[in-house]
Amino acid sequence: MAMVKKTYMMEDLDCANCARKMQDAVCKLEGVDGCEINFMMQKMIIEYDDENEDKILKQVKKCVKRVEPDCTVLFK
Amino acid sequence: MGLTRKQKRMLIRIIASVVLLAVDMVASHILSLPKAVLIVIYLIPFAVAGYDVVWKAIRNIGHGQVFDENFLMTIATIGAMIIGEYSEGAAVMLFYQVGELFQSIATARSRRSVAELMDIRPDSAVVLRDNKRLQVHPSEVEVGELIEIRVGEKVPIDAVVIEGVSSLDTAALTGESMPRDVGVGSETLSGSVNLSGNIVCRTTKPFGESTASKILELVENASSKKARAESFITRFARIYTPCVVAAAVLVAVIVPLVTGDEFIKWITRALNFLVVSCPCALVISVPMSFFGGIGGASRQGILIKGGNYMETLSKVSTVIFDKTGTLTKGEFEVSRVNPVGCSERELIESAAAAESGSNHPIAQSLVRYAGDIGLTIPDVSEYREIAGKGVECTLLGEKICAGNTRLMEQEGLALDNDKSHGTSVHIMRNGKYLGFVEISDKPKEDSSRTISKLGQMGIRTVILTGDGKETGEAVGKLLGVDRVYTELLPENKVEITEQIISSSEKGSTVFVGDGINDAPVLSRADVGIAMGAAGSDAAIEAADIVIMDDKPSGIIKAIKISRKTLRIVYQNIWFALIVKAVVLVTSAVGVTNMWAAVFADVGVAIIAVLNAMRALGTQKD
Repeated sequence: MAMVKKTYMMEDLDCANCARKMQDAVCKLEGVDGCEINFMMQKMIIEYDDENEDKILKQVKKCVKRVEPDCTVLFK
Repeated sequence: MGLTRKQKRMLIRIIASVVLLAVDMVASHILSLPKAVLIVIYLIPFAVAGYDVVWKAIRNIGHGQVFDENFLMTIATIGAMIIGEYSEGAAVMLFYQVGELFQSIATARSRRSVAELMDIRPDSAVVLRDNKRLQVHPSEVEVGELIEIRVGEKVPIDAVVIEGVSSLDTAALTGESMPRDVGVGSETLSGSVNLSGNIVCRTTKPFGESTASKILELVENASSKKARAESFITRFARIYTPCVVAAAVLVAVIVPLVTGDEFIKWITRALNFLVVSCPCALVISVPMSFFGGIGGASRQGILIKGGNYMETLSKVSTVIFDKTGTLTKGEFEVSRVNPVGCSERELIESAAAAESGSNHPIAQSLVRYAGDIGLTIPDVSEYREIAGKGVECTLLGEKICAGNTRLMEQEGLALDNDKSHGTSVHIMRNGKYLGFVEISDKPKEDSSRTISKLGQMGIRTVILTGDGKETGEAVGKLLGVDRVYTELLPENKVEITEQIISSSEKGSTVFVGDGINDAPVLSRADVGIAMGAAGSDAAIEAADIVIMDDKPSGIIKAIKISRKTLRIVYQNIWFALIVKAVVLVTSAVGVTNMWAAVFADVGVAIIAVLNAMRALGTQKD
């Protein structure tokens, strides 16, 4: 397992409590070592297993949509 | 007003809903409409304002998110309609959406003002490659390339001037508003603005490691180091909603069962609980206050690495200063000339001549002083350094000895009543004692003011120094510090800091140093502050708080900003908790209606956000 730490911008993240919920949900995903959503900067800083990147990012997206359907994470 | 598309759409929906609701209220007042018609006409403005809330609520139930605020809001408003409060149900949904929109605008706005505040990193650089000017992104410029910085532009990358003269505005980096003059060979730090002339510079660092990038990175990452107040709110938010919802169920079901009242009366009251159950005001405003405080501080040249350090600094009771380079300039200057039986010029001439061959900072200060008073330094011969004592040489056939009292003793002169303070150089010429020149490290201009201000704020001040007892205590007395520890080795400084920390009953202990060789003490103190750190990576790395310029008064600013931020944080926490608690209680006893509950939810959040924005404001000292 190779862990990487990346920062992604988020769009239309409107509610601070939702950001907290997303953060909790993403942290619990398999292959994710840590996640912090910075509501003020509209950024997600996430540490995850590089080998399963596609799968993990897909799940991250799902977690975010589940809490706030309007909000998107901009994966570069 | 710069609304996003989403916000504009919401605004239109709100206006439409307001109009429809007004029409409905008039219509239902004039005509006596049957119940079924009333439900339909009030459902229209309700749906216009809140269809997305209902939709999200339904979606989220599918995802198992029961305590979602959309869901709770939907239950509360539809519940109100079911029990016959049609207009109220629609109006509460509308008001809720108005509040959400305001909150979104206020948040976006404060986010923008912080972003503007930190807009110190330019997006492009003009690089000179193969005799051509190319405009590129600064990250594409390599170390050692030439960049051109024109008047009015920001310096994109740390560099050294190789052509041209100008003055730079470094306010964004250091908070210092006086422009700094630069010429060939001067260092230019990224983030400063070129004010008066085009310059060409050679880059010394990659973009990502330049000062502006470092500062931004540090401020952005600051939010991950949370203050206790913030962690408390995060924990509180997790349990708050379930508790309030549980209370609502209790009020709606258990109370009427026990008292035998009508269910409808208590259900009406319980619905209010659901409206108040979102902890948004707290969750949004506490980190925002810290963010604003950290952003505002960075504008004044004070980098704070986390909310936790702000919290600790706001409770400071002792400030420990390193002396040299922190309270004093760290440059030696001639402070007294004391000739014995000769003129001042004669004494200085002999001293400067003898010392002219040495690189020691004390020797150089003597030579500089001689130059300043217009003396030409004569050449000497047979120059010799005597380790730990001084130097001797020959000038026009006469032997000159310059050094400390031990050198004088060696030359057969006992100076028992040495009246000098600080470091003195005694001079003997041709066996005759000419007197001494006193050299000392001068306090910075605002050191004394800083110490007395700290005293007024009820903060104890301490100096730690490696200097001798007399020198150290003289500076301490001059500045008015409470306690001076002298003749310390670096490890002693850690020990004494530990002693002070363990002996102070309340409040925190802050250490202020220049960040160069006091890293162990910086990390041992509750909060370590490094000064004069613009451009020094090591200092920025080692400290918890960094003061970019080298003025000790930055500490006062840092303390004031921290105290103000913490005050705002606690105001917000108490305000939100008290309003929510009051509305819960008054709802339970049936004094307040759903309007008050909506205010306790979004109204409080908006006020808390507006209050949090005050943390951004600049501080005067």
